[in-house]
Amino acid sequence: MTGTLQAAVVVVLVGIGLFFLVVGTVGLVRLPDVYNRMHATSKATTLGAASIFLASFAYFGPQGAGLVSLVGIVFLFLTAPTGAHMISRAAQRMGVDFVGDVTWPGGVGVDDPTGEGNGRDPEPEADD
Amino acid sequence: MVAESQPAFLETTVLVGLVVAAAVTLIAGYRVISGPTTPDRVVGLDTIGTNVVAIATLFAIQSDAGFFVDVALVLTIIGFISTIAVARYVTDGDIIE
Repeated sequence: MTGTLQAAVVVVLVGIGLFFLVVGTVGLVRLPDVYNRMHATSKATTLGAASIFLASFAYFGPQGAGLVSLVGIVFLFLTAPTGAHMISRAAQRMGVDFVGDVTWPGGVGVDDPTGEGNGRDPEPEADD
Repeated sequence: MVAESQPAFLETTVLVGLVVAAAVTLIAGYRVISGPTTPDRVVGLDTIGTNVVAIATLFAIQSDAGFFVDVALVLTIIGFISTIAVARYVTDGDIIE
């Protein structure tokens, strides 16, 4: 039932998906702070799982489980960035700092509720 | 339970994929255990959830059983809901107001 060409497409897609899963996990282990780790996992791991879903679509055909695979890709692409955004906002509210001397853009108090995101003094407001 | 009509190289690739995805999931567990902050652990758990989705899909291909794709879909939704719940709990102190 499974032709050789179809199996070759499945093998290629599974290979791409495994590559992205490995890249995402290496980024999760090796990168220095939580924002960088989220950058690695929320994109690379999502692409890897979506590619494996595509392999499942190529294997099962355009009905039944293959169609469920396409729905899974849509859900993955909707939910993974939303979840990463929620975690990053929670990390910011908790006051997790960046690595090194990286600061929040915009200065003190603009997007930094803890007030200790950067060591600079607040910039004087333009009087008008 | 492996379908007899699968070519040998597809069978081998899916088996290697299952092993690699399981190993990657175990490595992500390191970040969950030793993450310095709570968001690190949440990111690690989210990664484990995505890897388990990949494992379920690969197992659906290996065993030629389509309903494991449904399992993967439901795991995606559950992982999203748990991530949102933990983020809201860390931020606001409660989940449902």
